Amino acid sequence: MERPLQRSDPGLIEPRDKPGEDDRGRKGFVPFFLTFPGSLWLIIFFLIPMATMMSLSLQEGTIETGYRLTGHWQTYVEALGKYDTQLIRSLIYGLVVTVATLAISYPMAYWIALYGGRRKNLFLLLILLPFFTPFIIRTLSWKFILADNGIVLGNLKEWGLLTEGYQVLATQSAVLAGLIYNFLPFMALPLYVALERLDPSMLDAAKDLYSNKRQTFLRVTLPLSLPGVFAGSLLTFIPSVGDFLNSELLGSVNTTMIGQVIQREFLVNSDYPEGAALSFLLMFGVLALVFLYTRAIGNTEELTGG
Amino acid sequence: MSDVRLEGVTKTFKETVAVDDISLLVEEGEFFSLLGPSGCGKTTTLRMIGGFEAPTSGRITLGDRDVTTLPAYKRNVNTVFQSYALFPHLDVTENVAYGLKRKKVAKKDIDSRVQDMLTLVDLEGYGRRRIDQLSGGQQQRVALARALVNRPGVLLLDEPLGALDLKLRKQMQLELKRIQSEVGITFIYVTHDQEEAMTMSDRIAVMSDGRFEQIGAPHDVYEGPQTEFVASFLGASNLLEGEIEGVEGDRAKVRLAVGTTISLPAERLPRREGAVRIGVRPEKLHIRTPDSSDREEPNAVDATVDISTYTGVSTAYECITGDGRKIVVYVQNLGRPEAAMAPGTRVRLSWLPEHTFAVEKGKRPDVEQGGQGA
Repeated sequence: MERPLQRSDPGLIEPRDKPGEDDRGRKGFVPFFLTFPGSLWLIIFFLIPMATMMSLSLQEGTIETGYRLTGHWQTYVEALGKYDTQLIRSLIYGLVVTVATLAISYPMAYWIALYGGRRKNLFLLLILLPFFTPFIIRTLSWKFILADNGIVLGNLKEWGLLTEGYQVLATQSAVLAGLIYNFLPFMALPLYVALERLDPSMLDAAKDLYSNKRQTFLRVTLPLSLPGVFAGSLLTFIPSVGDFLNSELLGSVNTTMIGQVIQREFLVNSDYPEGAALSFLLMFGVLALVFLYTRAIGNTEELTGG
Repeated sequence: MSDVRLEGVTKTFKETVAVDDISLLVEEGEFFSLLGPSGCGKTTTLRMIGGFEAPTSGRITLGDRDVTTLPAYKRNVNTVFQSYALFPHLDVTENVAYGLKRKKVAKKDIDSRVQDMLTLVDLEGYGRRRIDQLSGGQQQRVALARALVNRPGVLLLDEPLGALDLKLRKQMQLELKRIQSEVGITFIYVTHDQEEAMTMSDRIAVMSDGRFEQIGAPHDVYEGPQTEFVASFLGASNLLEGEIEGVEGDRAKVRLAVGTTISLPAERLPRREGAVRIGVRPEKLHIRTPDSSDREEPNAVDATVDISTYTGVSTAYECITGDGRKIVVYVQNLGRPEAAMAPGTRVRLSWLPEHTFAVEKGKRPDVEQGGQGA
């Protein structure tokens, strides 16, 4: 061979291009194939309902006369004006629930992950055990437990430890307690996963580098478990803000949450546009807080690093 | 102030005795290795010096300070961990500065000390990298810098090169040795790799089952192993059964089970009479055919070549003695093809009395944990 073969040489297969194209073709198809069920799911059960709801929120009319899409965005303003108290209350409840479940489950998850030994799975099962019964039954049973003359309060009143008028049910505390109880595992499990992955030699290294227990926790354990805190917070905050059952069963008119309002709009008042608008307002509120939270966690990671 | 003293230190975990009544003095500025197979208690010993485990009994002093019950964060000791244990949420500079910040060193001192240390370990310009952006060798250097920057009295290293490939390991061995002589800090180095321990250490303690088998300079431990374990774990040894015949001045005579009598320096004998095992290193043996004119050393046994293995730099002959014992001989490749011996050749193996050692019959390391490293 006097000169190297050129690409333009007749009969020369171009080994670079052909298989490359094939590869790219296959690479393009495989991910599509694998994500197809998921994508289909998202389209049918997320995108289409979202679009329907969005459209609904911009319609006018009554259930008898039917709805027409008029682009009436004022529904949002009216709904916000009517139910701002419930919306803000729900967001605050969500924050309280998130902070409280974090405070309760962090020590619990920490202990199981670091000292659970061979019984780790048993302890995890114990956390999950109450959740083998349905949500509504669990919450209902709290109603019986906390009833004004139920097994706890009734007895305490009989023994003279509480005044006759003392009440837990139908108060803010009851609703918050119910929410915290119901959403605890959503915080505890991600925290456990994050702490379980923590390499124990990291803790030795911190100790070796002059950190006492408090500093080791603040400088190493906590920053390394932040992904778990973050995941747990989202899993707790988002559903608890939208929850309606706890307030419905354990609360009063003073604890009404936005979830209850939306539920009533759809199922009692049949005011679909307002219900849909409220749903979107709730979603925007949650998104805004989650966005702020994401930013804050990012910064904390840098702060604890320094 | 930074010598390390262990007195009668024992550590038991539930039923298991990990470290069994050991005493040790590591002198200031020394490069000291704890060498042994996995599970021999070397890491536990290191962790007790570091303050991560408390001894069940005994005393540990650093300089003139009793640190037996002092927590790790109050000890003037730093550790390079086997897995490096670098903080993944911090960058290189923050990792190295971590200890100094906890010690409340002034900000500008921290900066200059961290920079100096990154220069020492050859990582200038890597300060802002995240840990997962570094190679294994670089991570190893960061771990070293993070420990050394605190100017500890003693640096503990727990198999720090175990995760590196062979070439990088050789390079880091020399590097560690250079850094140690530059900073002059006492190094206590845990390894199961006998070659690594020999290359780097001023002294080696060979450990087995929670006890020290022998402590000494690499040369002394290699040339004069005192136990069968050391003889087999540190390099290869041929061991032959023998009976002490008597001692004359500084020479002792031992009658081997194969029938010949050999002599060795009397101080090498673990006892004055009775049965011993006589040892000689494979590279110390001369091999010759009975009719050869080659010189013959005073100690000799007859054998038959069984297997010969050519490895380039040398040839290993496995020979069988009259009583069925195997003796391995390494013959350096001096470019004399006629010197090659075919299997089946009758040979005479001979060696100098000074190259002979004697040990008590004892425990041998498991084959898989043998002295060749991991």
